Parts: sequence; structure tokens; C-alpha cells
Amino acid sequence: MTVMEQTLEEAKKKAEEREVLLDLENVSLSFGGVKAITNISFNVKKGEIRAIIGPNGAGKTSMLNVINGFYQPQEGVITFNGKKRKSMKPHLAVDQGIARTFQNVALFKGMSTLDNIMAGRATRMKQSMFWQMLYWGPARQEEIEHRKKVEEIIDFLEIQHIRRTPVGTLPYGLQKRVELARALAMEPELLLLDEPMAGMNLEEKEDMSRFILDVNDQLGTTIALIEHDMGVVMDLSDRVVVLDYGRKIADGVPEEVQSNQEVIDAYLGLSH
Amino acid sequence: MQVPPSVGMDTFPQLLIRNARDWGERPAYREKDLGIWQSWTWLQVFEEVRKLSLGLKSLGCKEGDKVAVVGANRPHLYWVFAAVQALGGVPVPVYADSVAEEIAYVLGHADVRFAVVEDQEQVDKLLDMSEKLPNLEHIIYEEAKGLRDYDPTYLHSYLSVQEAGQALLDNDEKLDGEWIEGLKKGKREDVAVILYTSGTTGRPKGVMLTFNNLLVSVQNANKFDKLDENADTVAYLPMAWVGDHVFSYAQCFTAGYCVNCPEGPETVSIDRKEIAPTYMFAPPRVFEGMLTHIMVRMEDAGKMKKVLFDYFLGYANQVGERILNGEKVSLFERVKYAVGEFCVYGPLKNEMGFSRVRVAYTAGEAIGPEIFKFYRSIGLNLKQLYGQTESSVFITSQPDGQIHADTVGLPMEDVEVKIAESGEVMYRSPGAFLGYYKNDEATKDTKTEDGWVHTGDAGMFLENGHLKIIDRAKDVGKLNDGSMFAPKYIENKLKFFPNIKEAVTFGNEKDYACAFVNIDLIAVGNWAERNNIAYASYQELAAHPEVYKTIQSHVDQVNKDLAAEPMMAGAQIKRFLVLHKELDPDDGELTRTQKVRRNFVADRYAPLIEAFYTGETSKHVVTEVTFEDGRQGTIEATVEIRDMDTYSTKSMSAIGEAAE
Repeated sequence: MTVMEQTLEEAKKKAEEREVLLDLENVSLSFGGVKAITNISFNVKKGEIRAIIGPNGAGKTSMLNVINGFYQPQEGVITFNGKKRKSMKPHLAVDQGIARTFQNVALFKGMSTLDNIMAGRATRMKQSMFWQMLYWGPARQEEIEHRKKVEEIIDFLEIQHIRRTPVGTLPYGLQKRVELARALAMEPELLLLDEPMAGMNLEEKEDMSRFILDVNDQLGTTIALIEHDMGVVMDLSDRVVVLDYGRKIADGVPEEVQSNQEVIDAYLGLSH
Repeated sequence: MQVPPSVGMDTFPQLLIRNARDWGERPAYREKDLGIWQSWTWLQVFEEVRKLSLGLKSLGCKEGDKVAVVGANRPHLYWVFAAVQALGGVPVPVYADSVAEEIAYVLGHADVRFAVVEDQEQVDKLLDMSEKLPNLEHIIYEEAKGLRDYDPTYLHSYLSVQEAGQALLDNDEKLDGEWIEGLKKGKREDVAVILYTSGTTGRPKGVMLTFNNLLVSVQNANKFDKLDENADTVAYLPMAWVGDHVFSYAQCFTAGYCVNCPEGPETVSIDRKEIAPTYMFAPPRVFEGMLTHIMVRMEDAGKMKKVLFDYFLGYANQVGERILNGEKVSLFERVKYAVGEFCVYGPLKNEMGFSRVRVAYTAGEAIGPEIFKFYRSIGLNLKQLYGQTESSVFITSQPDGQIHADTVGLPMEDVEVKIAESGEVMYRSPGAFLGYYKNDEATKDTKTEDGWVHTGDAGMFLENGHLKIIDRAKDVGKLNDGSMFAPKYIENKLKFFPNIKEAVTFGNEKDYACAFVNIDLIAVGNWAERNNIAYASYQELAAHPEVYKTIQSHVDQVNKDLAAEPMMAGAQIKRFLVLHKELDPDDGELTRTQKVRRNFVADRYAPLIEAFYTGETSKHVVTEVTFEDGRQGTIEATVEIRDMDTYSTKSMSAIGEAAE
């Protein structure tokens, strides 16, 4: 075996040893007559970074929306953490430990970074709205606890300097980071990232890659991400699934996927 | 916890024991962590240092060992200095933003065996260079993030080293006494620290300062400004720079005051506002930056506020400095100034974090007279001092009440200053360094046998006894027609305009003087926004015709100023260009302390300089740039060169007379 093959085998073995966190079986989604996703099966294993790639319109974001409970697939079975899902709503997904970021940053623009991230803790507040409206009382202590957690995330993502800045005034790269922070504030088991590097310059991409690896490594969060930058995908992810026109065309460790003829055709186009 | 009896005051670890005894419950260091200010009392610092010191000893650190310290200003890193000095070792702080090769050079040259670093970034740099650093045995990191999968054999966490030290201490009762005994052996003549000068020319040189150098200098400085344990300062300048070593370590240990470390480099202004230091230091560019920032924000303020701001600043300009200098000022003026203090100056100072400042210093470069006057007029006791690494900072300083924008003050206590025949400033003082580490030749060139040190600066004494610095002595040259050419003098005049961030002038042994100009992205960017000028990059903005026009008017003003000074009138700027790229330390164009490396810039942009003297009006250039991780790239641009009018000394005096 060559060295290359050896590392490939190792990567495969590592992936196999892991426990399945999210499993999709024969999932199909259509809007009227338009088939967005056709009969797709793949899984996400605990602790890995799983990339979903594909050309424009391949159904990547639809896929995330299905996982996240925003869309209800017409067919197929989704199992998360060993439990089969029936009907799903995004807020239920959050309760189960799934958090996400969006392709086009979806933050509260007028609120500060700190408040945006605190908003990520909202579902974790146990006190009733009544107590939360009062300054004194049990909600205060709880909020202090949450604030501590939020400060840890601020420290982790190195955004101390914009703690009090309204996010609308921040550069795009930083807004993306704040969004990641808000998703992390939910302490998710599975983190869905929709194009975390879109519109970033090289340096911002490097920073973001480092943060994604750190999140995965230090916090042990499982990550499923959509990304267009192939360099980033191949460097970051443990396994890659490739979609094209709503179908799955490849699935495996980056080296495998890269050499798959169908993937190359989908990306570079076929001569007819 | 028992503090051992006093063991003398000859080294910083010995002073630490005094501080723990005398000010045990007073804060010594603070750091903002997770949004909250954490503080350590002198007693706690003593314990932390002892743990760390014993931990280092268990790793094999011993007398004479060099220990590198790489990172941003954090209390834990300052304690390394004392911990190492207690063992008889020598700390070597290194600029944290240096690229891997620069760090490797310093660590290699200093024969460093241990490195205490801040985080993964620095660990990576050292591991990258490990082949070039055979002497480096152990790396100790403070921040564990991202380091989980690294080989732990030679890599230790700061905490684990301290725990090892504590465990030894708990198991062996005699150990504490032994450590104190070892620390007692420290003498004033021992080398306390090796500071590598960033060096505008050639490789950095390691300046060896003894405890005596630092102690005498800072004790005189403490006396000069009446600094005691009640002072507060914010540590935000590079730890490897002598200024920070003195302000945040040496002076702090001798006076016993509290050093506050910000969360990160980007939060300094917020943290300074929260702490409101009483003693502070900032290079001119920081003061310039703050003023620019405030003026930009005032442009967006409401009309009422703007009117108040303009009125009271105008008033402060008339009386503010006189009040600060303790001159005679009428009661009416004082009352009116107090109203201004309430409405404008107070809030302004609060915004900048100057509310409690008793003494603020600026040094390193010349500060614009307008900027200097602005801060003084709103009641900030801003002063200038003159110093260098080799002198343990303090050579001259301005006493309260004797402040001039263009001088650097009177010689400090115990310091003798003279002007050599060549015009170079020389000094002799107890603070003068021992020598350059492993570089006797350079030591001999700089320090004479009877202790006089060449500063390399050209300067003169004014009638009032104050020293005035003109330029780097070796940079002062002559134009072909024989008139004096002092590049920095001209550059400073240019840099006083908020739109100009950096300038480099050329003219030595040439027919006329020419200038490169770097625009200030904040000031010019803001101006562009106001005037609906769209730009996509620094390069595009720099080349904009309107920007050129503005810069041209500034250069014209400088020429007029120069014409009014008979000595400098010959070196007016004949041609200039706005550079397509910001000068950057990563490309070697600036030193780590943001000073221009003139010769390097001249080599790098040789085609542009050539174009100055061949009369071309534009020139296409390709410039290599280095990114922070060491990768290379290039930028291309066609740079426009403009001609300027010059003024004769006579016509200037004619204008002056007409104006009168």
C-alpha cells in the first residue's frame, strides 16, 4: 500500500468507528412538481465534520432545512440520536440540540453582539416571562449564569472588542462570527453551518476555519456544513456528501470524493 | 501565608517580597477576563511567582538561563520575569507579532532554553522553527486553546508548571527557604533582562540591562513624577519594548502601583475607559489616532453639541495650557473654563479614558504641536520624554509646568547629556546599558570607555536648557547644492496632517528633496465617504485624484513652513507621490515599533525614487507583500508623481510682513 492509500484507509476506519448521530434514509422533498431532494440517504456521525457540497441548486440548503425541521420531507425517515422523528418544527430541533447559521446572516441588526448571543440562550431560560421582566428575583441569578457561558463563547471566538457594538455596523466577516457565536450559545450537539465562508476574504476564511476546527475539537460539537470553497471543504471535513440536482452522487472521505468521476463531471460539466 | 522578612531591594524578586509585606492587600495586577476585571494583590502575585519559579526550576531552569517571553500583555507573562530572575535567569521578551523567522533569530541569538508563550499561535511559530533552535528545550503556554493534540513532551501548560511548583513546595518544607536564599543572592550588577531593539538597520541587537540600570532610572522617574502605590496604568504596548518593560514591570515593582492588562489589543480603548489610569504612556500615533477618531465622530454629532464643542475647544486653546502650567489666570477665565470642563472637556476626557490621568507621556517620535496643544488645553498633563532601550528609557523629561511642543525636556537626575561635535546627542548615566549581548563590536561603537553612549540622534540644547531632537544623526544629509536635509524633520511636518499616516523623504546627495506619502485610511476614508467618493481598496483610494489634490495642498503647506526656517529652507519637497501600499512591519518596511526603515524602503521602491529624479510623471511598479503567516503575494500599481512649487526664504518673509 502506498502512503496515500494508508492514510485513506485510516480515515475510513476512523469514520466507521464513530457512532451515528443523525441518519437520513430515503428522504425526498418536493415543492409542487419540483423535486428538491430525491431519495437521499446519508448519516452524520458523532464528533465529525461532515460537509455537504454540490453545484448551485443541488439541494444543499434544502437538505439543511430538512434536518433543521424547517421543511417537512414527503418521504423518508430521519433518526436523530436514536429517535425517529415524525413531524418536526425548528424550535423542536433546537430543543433536541440542533443549531444553525444561515447563508445570509440572520442576526438582530440593531442589537449588540452580546444581546444577539444572549438571544441564543433564550430557549435555555427556565424562569417564566414574569420573572424575566423583573430586575430582582430568580431570573437574575439565572441570567448571570447564562452571561458567564456567553462570555466564554465571546472569548472562544475572540470577539471581545465588539461586545457592545450593534451588529448591523460590523463588517460581514465579523457578523458571520457573531452568528456562529449565537448558534454555539445553544450548546448544540449538532451544528449546521450554511456557507460559513461565503463572501469572506482569505484571512477571514482562515480564521473561520480555525474556529470551526476548534469548536469541533474543544467543544466536541458535531458539525454539518455546506461550503463552496473546495479547499476549505477538503481540509476541514472528515467526510463529504455530494449532491447534484437533488440526488446524491457521492459520499466518503475527501480523497475518495475528489477522485470520483461523477463529482468531477458535476463540477466541471460534461461534454455532450 | 507568611511573607519572609525583607531580603533587600536590589532585584525585582527582592522588591516583590517587600511589596508583598508592605502592600499585601493592594492590587498589583489586573486583567479583564471573560468580561470581568480580575485582580491579584501583591501577596497573591508573590505566591504565583514562587509557584511558577519553583515549577521552572523543576524543569531545569537555573542561573544564567535565558527564558523567552512571547505574548500580549498579560499578568501571567509579567510574572515570568520575576520568576526567572528569582532563579538567577534572564528573561528575554520578544515581540509577539513578529513572524516566525524573526522570533527564531532572537531566540537563537540569545541561546534561549525555555520559552513562555501566550497561545497556540506562538507555539506554532516556535515549532515551525524548532530545527533552527537546538537550544530550545521547553515551551510553556498560557492559553490551552487549540493545543490538545500537540506532543506534550516538551510542551507544558503554565498551570501545570505552577502546580508542579506548588506540589514541590507542599512536600518539602525547606524548599521555600532555599528559594528565598537563592533569590537573596541576586545582585544589582546582574543582568536583569535582555531586550532586543527592533533596529531600523540590520539585525536586532540584544541590549543587556542590569538591575542597577533599571532601578536607578525608574526610582528617579518615580520621584520626578511623584508616582506611588496609588497609581494605575494600562499595559498595552509590546512587552518586548523597553518602555513597557519599565512602565509595567520595573516601575510597577518599585513604586508598587497597579498594572491593568486589557482583554486584547482591540479592546484597549474600552478597557482604558473603564480603568481610567492615572499614569499613562502612548506614542504620538495613539494620541493622533484618538484625536482623529473624535473629530470624525464630532462630524456626525448634533448641531448643538457641535457648536458647544467648537466654542469651548476654541476657549481651551486660549487658557487651558496656562491653567495647566499654573500661570496666572483671572477668576472669570477660570469659571468659564470650569463650565467648559463640565460641558466638553470632562466628557471628552472620560471618553478617552483620561479622567484620572495625572501624568501622561509621549515619546518615540515627534508629536504634532497642534495635537500636543489640544490635549494639554483640555487639561491632560501630557509631557514628552526622550529615551531609548540602551538608557533604560529616561534620558530627558519635561518637568511639570515647563512644557514645549518641540523639545523633549531637561536631563533627568543622575543623567549627563552633551552634544558631540558632530551634533550627536550623547549621555552618561547609571541607567546606561551593560552592553549588547554577544556583540562586543557594536557595544564598543556605541558606548565609549568612559561611559558616554551615542544615541545616534542629532539634537541641540535651546537657551532654556531643554533638549531638542532634530533627526537620526546618520540620516541628516546634504542636497547637492549644500543645503541641509533632515528627512525626519520634514516627514514629521507632513505627518502632523491627519490625512497623512506615514511619509518617507529622500534627498541626500540628490538635487532636490522628494517624498513618499502614505494616507491615513481612517481619516481619508471618512472624508471619501462624506464626499461620495467610492473606493474598493486602499490602493484605489490612494490613487484618487481628489486625494492627490488634498495631499498636494498639505505638501505645499509644509514647503511654506520650511521656507520660513532658514536652516531647512533648501530642502523643500520638489516632487511627491502617494504610495500604493501601506508600509507594514510584516514586509520589513517598518520596525515592530512602527518606525520607518528608511534604507529598506529606499531599496524596495528604488524604481520610484529613480523616477523622481528622471522627471517621469508616473511609474508602474510591482511590489511583493508578505502575509502574516509568511506567504507571499504581489500588488501592482501605476503611481502618479506630482511636481510642487517651492518658496524662497525671501518671499516668505515678504508674505509674513504683508500679513502683519
